Amino acid sequence: MCVGVPAKVIEKKEYTALVDVMGTKMEVGILFVPEVEIGEYVIVHAGQGMSIIDQTFAHQSISEWEKMARADVI
Amino acid sequence: MQTLFEPADPAVAKELAQKVIELADRCKEKFGVMPAFMEVCGSHTMALAKTGVKLILQGHVNLISGPGCPVCVTDQKQIDAMIEVAESNNRIVCTFGDMIRVPGSKRSLQSAKTEGRDVRIVYSPLDAVRIAEENPEKEVVFLGVGFETTVPVLAAAIQLAAQKNLKNFSMWATTKLVQPVLRTLLSVKKVKINGFLLPGHVSIVLGEQAYQFLIDEFRMPGVISGFEPVEMLSAIYKLLKMVYEDRPEILNNYKSVVRLEGNKTAQKIMNEFFQPCDEAWRGIGVIPQSGLEIREKYSRFNAKEKFNIKVGEPKKTLCRCGDMICGLASPEECVLFGKACTPLHPIGPCMVSTEGSCAAHYSYMRKEG
Ligand code: SF4
Repeated sequence: MCVGVPAKVIEKKEYTALVDVMGTKMEVGILFVPEVEIGEYVIVHAGQGMSIIDQTFAHQSISEWEKMARADVI
Repeated sequence: MQTLFEPADPAVAKELAQKVIELADRCKEKFGVMPAFMEVCGSHTMALAKTGVKLILQGHVNLISGPGCPVCVTDQKQIDAMIEVAESNNRIVCTFGDMIRVPGSKRSLQSAKTEGRDVRIVYSPLDAVRIAEENPEKEVVFLGVGFETTVPVLAAAIQLAAQKNLKNFSMWATTKLVQPVLRTLLSVKKVKINGFLLPGHVSIVLGEQAYQFLIDEFRMPGVISGFEPVEMLSAIYKLLKMVYEDRPEILNNYKSVVRLEGNKTAQKIMNEFFQPCDEAWRGIGVIPQSGLEIREKYSRFNAKEKFNIKVGEPKKTLCRCGDMICGLASPEECVLFGKACTPLHPIGPCMVSTEGSCAAHYSYMRKEG
C-alpha cells in the first residue's frame, strides 16, 4: 500500500498529469506537487504524485554509494 | 551518464554488502552483541526480504521489522468495525487491496463480498468519490487506513467530496502517526535496537527534520532510506558507522526524494481535514495522539459518526502479529506460522498484507518448503 512508484510526467493539466510508469501510461493527481514539469519524475502513492525526484541528488547518491563500496571500512 | 532508473551496478551492491558485514562484525567485536536495526515501513520489510539483503546479512546484522505495515498495526476492533460497515445492503464499501482478506473476528471483507455485499478495491480514495457521484442512491464508504504518506490523499478525497457537495460519501479513517509509535517502542516497550532504518515514503511528507527527537530524547540514530538494495545497504552501513563511532545522527540517504521539511502542501491539506487523536494499535494498545481523525468541521464525511457501528471484543487467537509489529517476535516464533497460517489461509494481518513481516518471511526467508 505504501509502495511509491516512480513515474515520468509526459503531459500536465491543472490538477492531474499523464505519466509513464515503465511503459504504462496513467493519470495521476499533482495536488501535492503542482510545480512538477514535463520530463520530471514523481513518486506516486495511491494515485497522487507525492515528491518530485531530484536527479542531481539521485546521481550524487549513486556515486557516493559506489565510493562507499570501494573504500576501506571505517 | 547513468539514468535514474537504470538499476545500479549489481557489483556495487555486492561490495556494499561485504562492507556492511565487515563493519557489523567489528561492531559485534567492540560491543559484544550483534547490532540490531528496526525498519518501520512495510515496503522496507518486503524489499529487505525480497532482494535478499536480509538473508545476506543474517548472522551479522539483526534486521527487525517494526510497526510499518498499516494493515498490520490496525487494532482488531477497528478491523471488525470496518467489516461491519460493509454489512448493509445500501452501501458500497471501497478499500485498498490489502484490507480485503484481513480476517475479522467473524469474517473478512472478502467473505462479505462473496456473500453479495458491494465491496470494491480502489487504487485511490479519489476513485471512491467518483463512485459516490455515480451512485447517488447508495452510501459510499472508503476505509482509510494508513500512515502519513496516505493521510494527505485521504484529505484530498474529502476535499473533493466537499467541493462536489456529496451527501453519500464518507470515510472510516483509522490512521497512524510514526513519531508517537517510535517513542512508545523506545520508552514503553523498551525494544533493544541500535538504530532505525527510517521510512522513505512517510518521510516524503514529514521531512528529514521529523526524527530529531530520536537523537534529543534517546540518542538513537536513524537513516532515511529508499528501497533498492544499494539504498538499503548504504543506509545500514551508515547506521553501523554511527553505532561504531558512537555518534548518533539522523541522516537522509534518500535525498533525491525526501526533503528537509517534507512536502508542505501535503502537510497543509492533511492539517486542514484531520486533527490528532488517540489511537489503538495492535499489540500495543492506545497511544495518546498517535493517529489522525477527520476534523469536526467535516464530520459529515466521517463514517464513524454517520453510522452506528458497534462491535464486541475481538476473538482471541494465537496470532502474534501484536508482538511482531513491536519487534518482540519473529514470524518463526509464532506456532501457527507456515502451518495453520499461510498466505493462502492467513490468520493474522501480518500474513495477509503484501507488506506484512510474516508474508515477507514466508515468501522469501522460510527455512523449509
Ligand atoms: S504467522 Fe500468522 S498467526 Fe502467526 S503472527 Fe504471523 S500472521 Fe499472525
